[in-house]
Amino acid sequence: MAKELKLMKGNEAIAEAAIRSGCDGYFGYPITPQSEVMEHLMAEKPWEKTGMVVLQAESETSSINMVYGGAGVGKKVMTSSSSPGISLMQEGLTYLAGAELPAIVVNVVRGGPGLGTIQPSQADYFQATKGGGHGDYQLFVLAPATVQEMYDFVFLGWEIAFKYRNPVMILSDGAIGQVMEKLYVGDYVPRWTDEELRKNAPWASFGKPTDRKHHIITSLELDSAKQELHNHKLQAKYREMEEKEVRFEAINCDDADYIFVAYGSSARIAEKAMQLGKEKGYKIGILRLITLFPFPKKKIAELSTKVKGMLAVEMSAGQMVEDVRLAAEFRCPIEHYGRYGGIIHTPQEVLEALEEKIIKRK
Amino acid sequence: MFNQDIVKPENLVYKRTEVLTDNVMHYCPGCGHGTTHRIIAEVIEEMGIQDKAICVAPVGCSVLAYNYFEVDSLGAAHGRAPALATAIQRLNPDKHTFTYQGDGDLAAIGTAETIHACNRGENIVIIFINNGIYGMTGGQMAPTTLVGMKTATTPYGRNVELNGYPLQITELLAQLPGTYLVTRQSVHTAAAVRKTKKAIRQAFENQKNKKGTSFVEVVSNCNSGWKMPATKANEWMVENMFAKYPIGDIKVDGELVQK
Ligand SMILES: Cc1ncc(C[n+]2csc(CCOP(=O)(O)OP(=O)(O)O)c2C)c(N)n1
Ligand code: SF4
Ligand SMILES: [Mg+2]
Repeated sequence: MAKELKLMKGNEAIAEAAIRSGCDGYFGYPITPQSEVMEHLMAEKPWEKTGMVVLQAESETSSINMVYGGAGVGKKVMTSSSSPGISLMQEGLTYLAGAELPAIVVNVVRGGPGLGTIQPSQADYFQATKGGGHGDYQLFVLAPATVQEMYDFVFLGWEIAFKYRNPVMILSDGAIGQVMEKLYVGDYVPRWTDEELRKNAPWASFGKPTDRKHHIITSLELDSAKQELHNHKLQAKYREMEEKEVRFEAINCDDADYIFVAYGSSARIAEKAMQLGKEKGYKIGILRLITLFPFPKKKIAELSTKVKGMLAVEMSAGQMVEDVRLAAEFRCPIEHYGRYGGIIHTPQEVLEALEEKIIKRK
Repeated sequence: MFNQDIVKPENLVYKRTEVLTDNVMHYCPGCGHGTTHRIIAEVIEEMGIQDKAICVAPVGCSVLAYNYFEVDSLGAAHGRAPALATAIQRLNPDKHTFTYQGDGDLAAIGTAETIHACNRGENIVIIFINNGIYGMTGGQMAPTTLVGMKTATTPYGRNVELNGYPLQITELLAQLPGTYLVTRQSVHTAAAVRKTKKAIRQAFENQKNKKGTSFVEVVSNCNSGWKMPATKANEWMVENMFAKYPIGDIKVDGELVQK
């Protein structure tokens, strides 16, 4: 595949990836710090190049339901927003999960709660990985740390979403959305033809041909015995994801005494903190999470038997740290560090936290 | 005596459309939902668009509408059907996407989705069943409930000070440039059924010609919610509902015919 070098914001990379990955439709509503996604799409006019539909909806409630409609007829559809908008989408997300529809939803997280701030944050971890909407369901959650990953994860997102018939969330933050970095983009992947759609999404409600019964896309099953069976099927799917789709990057973990567990922007800050620690003689590794669900439980359990302690670094009051503790089953000290409400921690602060909370721990 | 010999195609006077499934409808006897389903299905059959029709069902008594239409369907969250239909039709401009919604679905929780889909002039058909009540959840007040009307949540009658006025959403939508056909019909008599069928046919023809939003309201009964026998409910509807929701075209070919 021919590669072309570009300089782009993370948000623009999402839009560029949508066009180049054969996305059929994007539906969104403006909100800082992710408005560049739709702005880039509207400027590029992909409907003239690939036939992709781009529409500004009247609310995030509407945009996620447009996504539900498009996904239900087998199209590759996506939306993006930031925290307050993603809160409005929770209804749509649980319906997507219940009806087992593939779609990509990007959250460029900002500080909360409420209207909060427009600065970066990672405080939507619980909402993304523990449901957010009602019922027992899981989103597949990818955490990009670079502009390149913002781009790449759209392609990966389609693969996962259609393979498992499940909504995929790309959980980014205001820093990665806004930062400009170089990235490589590939050739245009054509949008699916009608024949390809029928092959790749044979379950979809794309119009009933004469040779089959009608298709129904719904999350409703009033017979509780059947609804329980449906739930079993969903749970089996989530367990399969945990078995096959865990992704992470282990940096210097093999002979580390201490581990930073982090994702997204915090993983990049932790990397700098790791270098500062090395200068002081500490052996620090980083476990950078790429999938937040499925969560790398086994890797964390394995590391917890080898190291003296772990510091979960996240721009929140401590959310991911709970999953780290559960996975490690308290086999080593696990602490949390992070600034929040829109403040980004510095590498020095992260290293000091490691020293105070873990290394010098009595 | 039933004579098998007369069962011949040339003697056939009525046949259930194949665009309806064999499933037994769950609607209360005498309810307008079933009749309206049948005429939508007949129009789809007569136009030969079964393979292109996509039904978006609401939340309300017609939540299971997709079990009765033999067309590919989706069940929307409460009120969101026009958003689904917007995307489906834009992604498939040659299909026939239609929503089927009650008054609570369309004119309360889904007001924003309804108004904006109509305002964008989405090339969709909206069938709106106005029975002035929340049938499904046991007869609570709807935005269209008449002043003074008793419901489970207005046990002393709808009180304007407490509950505001009945929402004439159809008149409101007719004001939007995106709507091409806005009409109000009913299905309580054979003549009314014929007129409604004609209106629904026109709506799908407009869609074929890419004219924008076609909106067909069907003023209907809810004998269970209104706590009346079916025939009494129809009489009550003619007397009271039609007074507030008069039958007839409001906008035809993009032009207002009624103020
Ligand atoms: C978000 C949400 N809120 C409330 C409900 C409960 N609910 C189901 S149907 C309904 C009212 C439906 O009334 P209408 O649209 O008039 O349809 P009808 O049953 O009268 O045909 C309500 C409030 C729901 N399913 N979802
Ligand atoms: S409750 Fe009312 S709207 Fe629902 S099926 Fe019965 S009569 Fe019809
Ligand atoms: Mg109603």
